[in-house]
Parts: sequence; structure tokens; C-alpha cells
Amino acid sequence: MTVTARGALPSTPYDVTVVGAGVVGCAIARELARHPRLRVALVEAQDDVGQGTSKANTAILHTGFDATPGSLEARLVREGSRRLAAFAAESGIPVEPVGALLVAWDEEQRAALPRLAEKAERNGYRAAQLLDAAQLYAREPHLGAGALGALHVPGESIICPWTTTLAYATQAVLHGVDLHLNSAVQQVNRPEGAHLLTTDRGTLRTRCLINAAGLHADTLDRDLGHHDFTVTPRRGQLLVFDKFARSLVRHILLPVPTALGKGVLVTPTVYGNVLLGPTAEDLDDKRATASTADGVALLREKGRRILPALLDEEVTAVYAGLRAATEHDDYRITAHPSQAYVTVGGIRSTGLTASLAIAAHVTELLADTGLALGPERELEPVRMPNLGEAFPRPYQLAELIDADPEYGTLVCHCERVSRGEIRDALAAVIPPNSLDGLRRRTRARSGRCQGFHCGAAVRALFEEGQR
Amino acid sequence: MSGLREVAGAVRHVDVLVVGAGPAGLAAAARLAAAGTRRVEVLDREQQAGGVPRHCAHGGFGPWLHPLTGPAYARLLTRAAVRAGAVVRTGVTALDWAGPSTLTAVGRGGPETIEARAVVLATGARERPRTARLVPGTRPAGVYTTGELQQAVHLYGQRIGSRAVVIGAEEVSYAAADTVRAAGAEVVAMVTDLPQAQVSPGRALNARLRQGIPLLTDAMVDELVGRGRLSAVRLRHHDGRTTVLRCDIAVFTGDFVPERELARRGDLVLDAGTRGPAVDGGLHTSRPGVFAVGSVLHPAESAATAAREGAHAADAVRRRLTGDAWPTGVPLTVAAPLRWIAPNRVTPADELPYVLRTTISLHRPVLQVTQDDRLLHRSRSLRTALPNRTVTLTASWTHRVDAGGGPVRVTVA
Repeated sequence: MTVTARGALPSTPYDVTVVGAGVVGCAIARELARHPRLRVALVEAQDDVGQGTSKANTAILHTGFDATPGSLEARLVREGSRRLAAFAAESGIPVEPVGALLVAWDEEQRAALPRLAEKAERNGYRAAQLLDAAQLYAREPHLGAGALGALHVPGESIICPWTTTLAYATQAVLHGVDLHLNSAVQQVNRPEGAHLLTTDRGTLRTRCLINAAGLHADTLDRDLGHHDFTVTPRRGQLLVFDKFARSLVRHILLPVPTALGKGVLVTPTVYGNVLLGPTAEDLDDKRATASTADGVALLREKGRRILPALLDEEVTAVYAGLRAATEHDDYRITAHPSQAYVTVGGIRSTGLTASLAIAAHVTELLADTGLALGPERELEPVRMPNLGEAFPRPYQLAELIDADPEYGTLVCHCERVSRGEIRDALAAVIPPNSLDGLRRRTRARSGRCQGFHCGAAVRALFEEGQR
Repeated sequence: MSGLREVAGAVRHVDVLVVGAGPAGLAAAARLAAAGTRRVEVLDREQQAGGVPRHCAHGGFGPWLHPLTGPAYARLLTRAAVRAGAVVRTGVTALDWAGPSTLTAVGRGGPETIEARAVVLATGARERPRTARLVPGTRPAGVYTTGELQQAVHLYGQRIGSRAVVIGAEEVSYAAADTVRAAGAEVVAMVTDLPQAQVSPGRALNARLRQGIPLLTDAMVDELVGRGRLSAVRLRHHDGRTTVLRCDIAVFTGDFVPERELARRGDLVLDAGTRGPAVDGGLHTSRPGVFAVGSVLHPAESAATAAREGAHAADAVRRRLTGDAWPTGVPLTVAAPLRWIAPNRVTPADELPYVLRTTISLHRPVLQVTQDDRLLHRSRSLRTALPNRTVTLTASWTHRVDAGGGPVRVTVA
């Protein structure tokens, strides 16, 4: 079991190296871990997995009803959705099948709904149903005035994107994948039939290379002589509302896509919050993850129309993610057999849903490059800590607290995080390297007080755990 | 998972259950136990009793003849409650309601259900963090509220950084500045969006002249800058100019809100101004058997006010235990520029003085109390009323209230 965050990288060459430990890279590493003969590395620039686009998305497990029929994305989302639902059930990733409503606010949008229903059918999704205004308001009584109707997509779910990424990485590491953090790849050369990666932590040799570098996938691709796509970071700002808002909304409220883009949605989260966003701003800077006054104002204006009472509740997080948009409409997954190289680019917001199918697809492509994968095994299941409100949390489990009173001692009161959970996270296969990492793993200090009550205590536990 | 499902143990009974062992809750428990109420139990989710004073290292607590630091005051109140016979349990979190005056809780001993003849909510208040204030920018480390900062420095001795900007210029902001300095860091500036500091002129001058802390008025934080660690805050002045202050700590002070999760879960009627539970002068909430005291009613008053209120509520709780009816009262509201008043319902028997807040500075305002166009009271304040500072109003007029009449209004004449 190897997870490193500092020191020189190992000098012995790997068979396969995956660059980028986002949700896609971690899923690929996990898929490769099925093949015990392969020596696999997962290399990440940041100090944790899932630190780029993966941590700042809208956390929806899609059905793929609105994908472009016949595209690679449509196929992988459909297949990935099934695979991820099964994996989530096995590993304890919180998923709530709340369903989605595409709400039409004007005649043009209402007219688009039947076409969207047909598109869903062409994507093999047959459960979508048109609702009139009365049926819509019966389902969502707090919805703002003026909605004309909706398309109900019962199969859409909400999921914890963070636990998903960590579960993939944990299972990969438990099955022999080496995870190297803080290892930004600066350059790739290919002398003598093997790749030589120059990173922040020295060089790393690998026979095959998989580019899952997200926002930076185009840069890495160019190093290897390919100019297939350019990543234009598209910033999405999101507001997370207090748990008091959860009772205001039952479904994922999606806008009807128009020529102007996908628009702003309102959705419950598995943690019991309500999410409003995202904005869509095309930028040049791949590090521009700041929220802006204009973005926040725009979201509040949209939110006021969709769910007026939402604005009376407090905001517990404002964040911005960068989607790896390219000039192409579809994923850019390409094998370059002569270079023993597969590039996995242009994975957009559907990447979370599609991740397991992308991983299977990429592994097939890798085999086509001539790599002998060797024998295959079933992976031992992993069991992740539950962060979902729809499932019992440790503080609710009498027998668990009986066996270990640390689960009854709450440290973070807003999110009801026990000292036992913080201890477990610090001792996990992939431990956090920062307070933010601990927050993502436990929810400690993500609540309404943002650490007023518990911040210092949580930091003390973290620093004790680092020693 | 069936074997691991929630199992709430047998229901335990007490006479009075107090939620929150801060000054208000402890004072209520001490007075109740001293007056002979038998089973008085106080729950606190922290590991130590005392509430916010636990981490206020500065003085100014307790009786003015024997001033104490916050922690000493917290210990004094805890001891007084325990000596009087109240049971004070720490590390126990009240979770939700399981009946009209029954709560579920969890602690090291596991889940439990406690049924009380009366419940006193004393859950306190907290400062609103950066997120709720919608301050844009990155999400770097080094961003605090005063509450977190004081605990980090005074309870845990943590390193906080070297250059701080304190957002706010009220009492708690100056306390935050003191904590920054106690930790060996520099206060680069204090910033308020109001035209002046909201403390005594002496305190403001001391910070500016003796400690050399500039006060920037009419300015608000526009953006937090920094990757990983805070590196600067950008201010926007009312005239449109912007300023960038280099710093690695930002402390968001004041802007208190009640900790009202139990009040909301219990569907208690809330006051639109304070956002805490609506109560009358006997601290009765809208839910029979449930009282509320302290900063959850008025975010945030001094520990002394909270303690006084706790003791005052004890008398009403005693009357409840002997079978007195639950009073209804009429709403008590304020008009702009006043922001809120607490208590915010009134019965003719009420005696507890009122606390109010204003949104703008008012020079010796005349407060007028009316009901259905009938003047009940009129008085001039002796001081200038400033935002974020207490304005008081006597309860000498409550016997004139018509219990069957319309809402009572407090206005500035």
C-alpha cells in the first residue's frame, strides 16, 4: 500500500502511469488494479485526490437522457451511470434517487420539452414524463411563480462526488496502485521506448501513459506531439445553502437547455444542503477558481426566481470549479498505440457519472496499444464513511457508540461529526494532507458556523494526527 | 444495516432541561436549583461548560467590584449551578424534539431521550462567517471569526499568522484585535462599512493612537485573495475606490446570529428582527413548556445580560411547574431605523427591561411605545444610539398594554 506526498519518486519503472487523480484518473487506476501483474502509478499535482474539476461540480448522477444520441459521451454516461450506481451501493457512497424536473419558464422552453422527451427515448431512457403546471407545483410547492410545466426524469440522482473519487483511489491503492501526490508533471519525454516524466518530485519512468490531466490534458498532449483539442476552462460558481433549506426542494430542478447554454440549476445535496449554480464563464486562466461578486449576484437573481424562499436561508459555501471544456462536442478519448499513450480529454460535467465506463473503455484501448494486461481479478470491496443525511450517520448508531464512545462525541456540531470519524479519516488508506482534505472526508467545519465553534478543535485533532 | 439502526434508549424524566451551559443557561439552572426545583439538568455539547466566556481571555466579566476574565467567570457560573444542585453534563448534544418538551441527545454514552416538565433553550449565538456574508474570492486558510480565533489562540495556542485585517469595529472586533496581538501578530487595519467605530471613543482612540491600528470606515471587503493561504483582502470604499491590504489573517467579527437549530426544528415562532425565538417578558416561547434565554434571543448581548435573563426566566419556569397557564401576549415590533427588540412579545405582567438595536446612529433618540394608536410610553435616551450597540428600554409601561389589543410598536419619535 503506497501513498506518497513528498520525497523522490521511485526509480523502478511502472507499466502504466495515470496522470491526474481526479474522478476519471482514479477510476482508471482502479480499473487497472484488476490486473495484479501490472505495476501502476497514479500521479497527481495537488496534495489530494479529486482536487481539480472533480471537487467542484453539481454532484449529479445522470441518466444521460439529454446527451447527444450516438456520441461516445452518450454511451459512456449511460453505461457509467449503471456501473456507478452499483459501485455506490457496494461501497457506501451516498446516493439519493430524487429525480429531476426540467422546468419550463416560458413558451419557448415549454415547446422544447417534448423534443427533450424524444431525445431521452433515443438515448434509451423511457421513463421521462411531461408534467403540466399543476402537476409540477404539486411536486414542488415552493417553486417560484410562473412555471408552465416540466419534464420529469425520475432516474436522475444526487451523489457525493468527493466520496466517489476517494473510494476509487482507496480501492486502487489497496490493490497495489502507487499514488504519488504533490507531483505535478512538468514535461514528458519518450527516449528508448519508455516515457520519462519530469515532475516536482523528480523523474518517473513508465511504459504506458494515460493522460487524465483534466484542465491540463491539452498541455500534456502537446508534449507528446498532438494538437487534437484545446481546453478552455469554463468557470462554474456555486452557492451552497444551509440545511434548513433542504425541505424547500424535492427534485433536481434543471433549466431547459437553450441556445444560451445549460443554465442554472437548484438541487438538494446528499449532505442535506441545497446547491444553486453553476455560472458558465469561459476563461483563459486554469487557476481562476475564485468566486466573484457578479457571479454570486447572478446566481441569487436566478435562485430567487426558481425558489424564492431559498434566498432567506444562509449560504454555507461559495465555490467555483473549472470545467475542462474543449472546442469539441464530445469526449476526446484517443489511443496512440505507437507511443503507448492514451489521452482522456474533454471530460465535462458528465465525467463523474461516466467515470467507471470511461475507465473500462480506456483499459480496452490500452490493451489495443499492445500492453498485455495479464490475468484479471475481482476487487475486494471498500466501505466508505457515510456523509449522506439519508443514511444513518455514526452519531445515530447506538451500537456503534456502545462499542466506541468516540462516535458519540461530536466535535463539529453543525454537521454532527464525531471525534471517531475524524480519527478514522486521519488513519485512512489515503489520509488528508490539509484541513480542507479532512473537511471533504468528514464534513467537519462545512456547516453553517464554518468553524466558529469547532474550527480550533478540529485543527488541533488534525495537527495531533500529523505528528 | 438493520442491527445498526438508531436505537433511542428508555425515556428519562427531569423537571427542567436546560440546553446550553453558557451564562444564561447556567444562571437559570442555578436559580432553579437554589429555589428548590429538584431535577435540573443542563446539557452542553462542548467538553467544558461556560459558553462563549470560556474563550474570552479579556476581563470585564462578573460583578464590577470583582471583575473576572471570561474563563474565570465561566468557572464561577458552572460552580454556582452545580453547588445549587443542578446537574451539568458536557459533551452531550441535544439533537431534536421527540415530544412537546422531550429532546433526543447524544454523547459518549450513546443516544438518549429526555422528557422534561419545562425546557429552557439557551443555545447562544455565533458570528456569521465569510460564506454567509457572501464575500467573494478564493477559499484560502487564515480566514476566521472571532470565536474561532479566540479558541485557536487562547484554548489551543495555535499559530495564526502574522498580519491580520479585522472586519468590524464593534466591541467584539476590538476583542479580536486584542487576541491577534496576544498571539504576537500585527493588526494591519480594522475595517467597517459604517461611518464610525461602534465602541466608546476611549476604546477607539486607544486602538488607533496607542496601538497604531488604522480604522478604515465606509469600506467593505470585496474579495479575498490567496491560493492555499490568504495573501490579501481587497476593500471597496463607499466612494468606489478600492484598496488592497496585504495580510495572512482576516477576522470576520460581529454580525451575530442566534444558534436556532432546535428552535427551528421545534417549529417555534421566530422573530423576524432577531431571528431567534419570539418570547415575552417571562421568556415564554410559542411552545408551551419551552422557554428561551440569552443570546439566542438577541444576538449578541453581554454575558451579564444573558445571566440576568436566565435568573429571571427561572421564576417563570417555577410558576409553570406549579401549574400556571401559558401566557399568550401580543407581538412587540419595531419600525426602521430600529432593527430589532427583545423580548418581542409583551404581556401586562412583564418586568424584564428590553434591548434594542438600531441600523443607523441616532443622537439621544426619543423612543415611543404605542398600541392601536394609544401612547403607552415615551422616553429620551441619554446616549447616542449606535449600530451594533445595546439600546435599552424600560418595562415600566407594560401594565398599560391591552392583552386583547393589537401589536405594540416601538418607534423613534
